[in-house]
Amino acid sequence: MEVGLKMGMKGGGGGDHVKEKMGFEETELRLGLPGGGGEAGGGEVVRKRGFSETVDLKLNLSSKQDTSGIDPNEEKVTGLTKDKNLLLSATDPAKPPAKAQVVGWPPVRSFRKNMLATTTTTEKSSSDESSGEKAAFVKVSMDGAPYLRKVDLRMYTSYHQLSDALAKMFSSFTIGNCGSQGVKDFMNEGKLMDLLNGSDYVPTYEDKDGDWMLVGDVPWEMFVESCKRLRIMKGTEAIGLAPKAVEKCKKRG
Amino acid sequence: MNYFPDEVLEHVFDFITSHKDRNSVSLVCKSWYKIEKYSRQRVFIGNCYSISPERLIARFPGLKSLTLKGKPHFADFNLVPDDWGGFLYPWIKAMARSRIGLEELRLKRMVVSDESLELLSKSFPNFKSLVLVSCEGFTTDGLAAVAANCRLLRELDLQENEVEDHRGHWLSCFPENCTSLVLLNFACLKGEINLASLERLVARSPNLKSLRLNRAVPFDTLQRLLMRAPQLVDLGTGSYVHDPYSEAYNKLKAAIQSCNSIRSLSGFLEVAPRCMSAVYPVCENLTFLNLSYAAGLQSIELTKLIQYCRKLQRLWILDCIGDKGLGVVASTCKELQELRVFPSDPFDAGNAAVTEEGLVLVSAGCPKLNSLLYFCQQMTNAALITVAKNCTNFIRFRLCILDPIKPDPVTNQPLDEGFGAIVRSCKGLKRLSLSGLLTDQVFYYIGMHAKQLEMLSIAFAGDSDKGMLYVLNGCKKLRKLEIRDCPFGDAALLEDMGKYETMRSLWMSSCEVTLGACKTLAKKMPSLNVEIINESEQTEFNLEDRQKVDKMYLYRTVVGHRKDAPEFVWLL
Repeated sequence: MEVGLKMGMKGGGGGDHVKEKMGFEETELRLGLPGGGGEAGGGEVVRKRGFSETVDLKLNLSSKQDTSGIDPNEEKVTGLTKDKNLLLSATDPAKPPAKAQVVGWPPVRSFRKNMLATTTTTEKSSSDESSGEKAAFVKVSMDGAPYLRKVDLRMYTSYHQLSDALAKMFSSFTIGNCGSQGVKDFMNEGKLMDLLNGSDYVPTYEDKDGDWMLVGDVPWEMFVESCKRLRIMKGTEAIGLAPKAVEKCKKRG
Repeated sequence: MNYFPDEVLEHVFDFITSHKDRNSVSLVCKSWYKIEKYSRQRVFIGNCYSISPERLIARFPGLKSLTLKGKPHFADFNLVPDDWGGFLYPWIKAMARSRIGLEELRLKRMVVSDESLELLSKSFPNFKSLVLVSCEGFTTDGLAAVAANCRLLRELDLQENEVEDHRGHWLSCFPENCTSLVLLNFACLKGEINLASLERLVARSPNLKSLRLNRAVPFDTLQRLLMRAPQLVDLGTGSYVHDPYSEAYNKLKAAIQSCNSIRSLSGFLEVAPRCMSAVYPVCENLTFLNLSYAAGLQSIELTKLIQYCRKLQRLWILDCIGDKGLGVVASTCKELQELRVFPSDPFDAGNAAVTEEGLVLVSAGCPKLNSLLYFCQQMTNAALITVAKNCTNFIRFRLCILDPIKPDPVTNQPLDEGFGAIVRSCKGLKRLSLSGLLTDQVFYYIGMHAKQLEMLSIAFAGDSDKGMLYVLNGCKKLRKLEIRDCPFGDAALLEDMGKYETMRSLWMSSCEVTLGACKTLAKKMPSLNVEIINESEQTEFNLEDRQKVDKMYLYRTVVGHRKDAPEFVWLL
């Protein structure tokens, strides 16, 4: 039987007598420290802590003891009840179940883990798994400009970059109106109130629901997902959108 | 017996650069000892607690270049609590007081405070080179002090450190008359950079050969920097995101084309895949390519790029390249010596995109391969045996199967035979890391064949004390042994206590070693420090001798117990 085979692999004296006990006892839910726990042959010390036991210890999931050779896959897939096909999940490379985290495994430097974590969140939103990057072109209109432009939001990774790009795009239309500076300053919330009170420009966008929103409230990735088009409004027209941003300003102090 | 005047001997010794050789020279006779002592400039200390700063200075008063390593290797994986130790400050203080003419400092896994950086910057007028690898404890304020005060600074190399960003303009602290920079690597810094200062600094550094930027340096700045420094040999980009149809992109393409000295490329911390084609022109001369942080590149883009890299010797990449991608590496990079494949999702330890197939392909296509770090989904004995046959030159072989006790999925056997083939075939193997389901048998093979092995890392392996004993008895050149979650206990630990004096250190965590055995070892071997790391509430007095210790770290030393151990470290 597969279980027996697995035990055999471990070699050593411990495996054999455990083989007999496979079956009912293994399905019991137990609390208590791994390795002891009232199983017959207490003197039969569980020599090998094993991966799954470590998982138990570190995560306080106490399901069973004698875990030598038992793959953690089984515990996760079958929950805490035993299954006949203990090995299937272990040997099926196609779909390994979610693993519990063990301290220090896999042996990857924390620096690298943190770096990849931040990189993945920015990249996930801007790249398609199978076919490379999906562009997110949206129309950009500016009040008073004779024609519209288009930008690919996935070319940028922050509001700051977008604001720079928009400023460059529309600078030719806003000489004398401090428009581009206004767009830039918008990202500086300190100047928000001045902007909204004055005749400067305010970037807004239409989201998936058709609502017109103030740019800058939500995290960048969320913005890219939901933005359908951009409109750079005159400050005076944007008064109706102000309250949320004002609150945000107040909160930030 | 002295046939030559001292000056002549000294001149001869100048040609002897390896630490081992110089150590041997100093043992020949008293006068050679003396001459070697005063002429020694470079010292390597693999464990900062094996000797004290004062003894170092007394031994080598002419010291100019110091390499220090602090925390044990498993500290990289969060197995060592913060505040364990490895402080730089006492070393700087002592060297400053004794007016050591320090010029170069290389640190790994040390705790470096701003205070120590400041003291360093003010105490050594000839200081030229600072290399920090996996260190922590400092902020950009410390960097500012180095920038401001080290007038002759040539190298500032920050590799994967945890640096607190204080938003100061440390880059602006390089004085205007500082023109000596050859290497500047700040890729690990998380915060904003004063871009204008950076551009000015690069512009006035005609000797700059190596520049690695952080994420905060945008695309257009990169282009301007390359225009200023076409002589660069090593480039690490920061953010590499832009519209490939823009003017800025075309400018970058042009700038890169004028940089025909680039041999080493890294970075791409944020990347727009469609912009990678600008980089193709430098690929044909690259010898080192590090895309291990470029999570935004998929296999297609990676392989497209690699197809141009015919001269590549070292490749660091993420596993999203896939087995097929590794096949492209195998058919393109015939000069490849070092391959590192990192997991792209290190938190979800279940879905590496490479398997044994990729490794076999690379071993078949790259006969010069001698150094491997490979995180993979699975491995088979057959694959390892094939790899061993194809590549007999391995010096470093580190395999990490993400499920640490996974057997050979085809045969359901442990991977003993596979690793056995590796150690049998690669007679020059110096470093080995094991994973997968392993019994005592693999250690039998290692003890039998891995005669040059210096460092061995073991996790979740073995059945009994025999495993550890095979290694301790057989591997005569073993220097570092680190073990976690293995059933090795007191009998193995105490069998040959003298062995540890021939080694730098031994780490054992979550094994079967008891407190009593550790105490015995400490008592019998005064030349060793045996330290227990205990993170529970139990004190030394509550824990009984027969209870198992969670973490033990022992190392040889000439200076006895260290004075800076925190509460949770017990010095036996």
